[in-house]
Amino acid sequence: MRRAGVVALNTFREAVRDRVLYNLVFFALLMIAASVAVGQISIGIEQTVIVSLGLSAISVIGLLISIFLGVALVSKEMDKRTLYALLAKPVRRSEFLLGKFAGLVLTLAVNTAAMALGLLLAMLYVKHSLERSDTVVLVAVYFILLKLALIVALALLFSCFTTPLLAILFTVGLYIAGLYVQELRNLPIEVMSPPMSAFTKWLSYLLPNFENFNVMAMAAHGRVVPGALILQNTLYTVVYCTIVLTAAAAVFSRRNLK
Amino acid sequence: MPDPAIEIENLTKEYPFGFLHLKKRTSLEGLSMQVEMGDVFGFIGPNGAGKSTTIKLLMGLIFPTAGSARILGKPISDVEMHRDIGYLPEQPYFYDYLTAAEVLDYFARFHDLTAADRKDRVDRMLKKVGLETARKIQLRKYSKGMLQRVGLAQAILHDPKVVILDEPMSGLDPVGRREVRDIILELKKDGKTVMFSTHILSDAETLCDRVGVIVGGKLRGVGAPGTLVDMKTLGMEILFELTKPSNVPLLSSATRTGECYRLQVPEQELYGAIEQLRGAGARILSVSQVKATLEEFFMNLVEADRAQGAAVEVSEQ
Repeated sequence: MRRAGVVALNTFREAVRDRVLYNLVFFALLMIAASVAVGQISIGIEQTVIVSLGLSAISVIGLLISIFLGVALVSKEMDKRTLYALLAKPVRRSEFLLGKFAGLVLTLAVNTAAMALGLLLAMLYVKHSLERSDTVVLVAVYFILLKLALIVALALLFSCFTTPLLAILFTVGLYIAGLYVQELRNLPIEVMSPPMSAFTKWLSYLLPNFENFNVMAMAAHGRVVPGALILQNTLYTVVYCTIVLTAAAAVFSRRNLK
Repeated sequence: MPDPAIEIENLTKEYPFGFLHLKKRTSLEGLSMQVEMGDVFGFIGPNGAGKSTTIKLLMGLIFPTAGSARILGKPISDVEMHRDIGYLPEQPYFYDYLTAAEVLDYFARFHDLTAADRKDRVDRMLKKVGLETARKIQLRKYSKGMLQRVGLAQAILHDPKVVILDEPMSGLDPVGRREVRDIILELKKDGKTVMFSTHILSDAETLCDRVGVIVGGKLRGVGAPGTLVDMKTLGMEILFELTKPSNVPLLSSATRTGECYRLQVPEQELYGAIEQLRGAGARILSVSQVKATLEEFFMNLVEADRAQGAAVEVSEQ
């Protein structure tokens, strides 16, 4: 576990020294600032506009970072062969993977926190004060972070057995599919053949359910997110990430490096 | 007798290729050998012979199709084995956003060293490989030779008992090569076991207690450099100058370098050749024995392997 921590801190340091990341965060903050201008011409719904646009910006930038950096976590180390010297140290491949995952999640947490701070400042600028009900925005940001952690785990898994391009395509595909899990469950199974309905049911539980993480509308309208949903999403992310990372470790532990 | 530092038994590595991976290319075939504790062992062979494959198998970077290996009595699948092993990869590359001191500190953290011990070792290693003044420069600005030095430093940073170096002289200038040779000799003096692969046969000949010659994925010879090659005299070499033009028949088989000529003759024909040359007005500069070198032994193996490969190709057609 300590060795995974060493890898994680180095991954974080790599991200901190990467200028692309700053550009992305700057772009997100710019979008949040722009939302203030848009909010001011939306009479009566300023907060709704600012929160919706701000959370969308945080989510999109987070998605870009988690997919592209998530896939590069392992593939870049293999391509550049920086992994060779590292795996010759007393460190397990599973510890390396866990460290890389934790390092990127830590990076995302810091970036998301910076962007969330920008959003709160934008809200403060428009409303002149923050209320207790505004904490729902922080819950929405937390859910975005959980979603990003899940995406990093998936990107990491795919990059363990395929090319970076395919890993990006698989991750994006699974993310899009995961947005429609509820629709898949609501399909009229009565009109399907029994094997097909069973397949649809299993598939809907197997796919990562990203729909549950979307509380943007609730946050924009200042509605309270139930505590049970916070607990459910947290547990769901922990369990799903554990399963995906275990699969990634199983694949990567058998992989021959070039 | 102490246990060998490295024991390899019937190690084989095949790579699948082609449609559905149905065909297999053998990169290493049934390699069995031992490296004794405290020895400097040279692993020599042409490109694609299987040297790096063997080293990667030992380091757990790739997995054997068959066979097994042990280092310091522990199977190569045991991660804890790496505590006592240092490894320099071929053409090493490190995190280019880190400085030399940072990358060494990062690697040192995997060895349960205290912060003070880490700092002390990093400082000593940077001094040893001549990178003291470049310690705060990010590795993206390093030359190939400087990266090689960082690679060497990280391999010996934790004072390992066994050091495995894949082409340690690659990319280094003559000064760098000399420094690496000195480090290898220093490691031997400290009782460490060193195994290194190289193309530079003179380095293997001067540094190694034993060498292994690998060609076409098969070990073709292993032993002390002197015992591998036939030490009998192959002939005599005469070095001479001509004071006046001459048409002595022997001159046609001599090679000219500047004002000097070199002529190789069988040992029993030496005196006759000298008399002929003196008669033609030659000034004899030196006479020396010609012995087989490790390079000749190596080249004979490579040529035999190529001839065998060509014969197989012809028969397949």
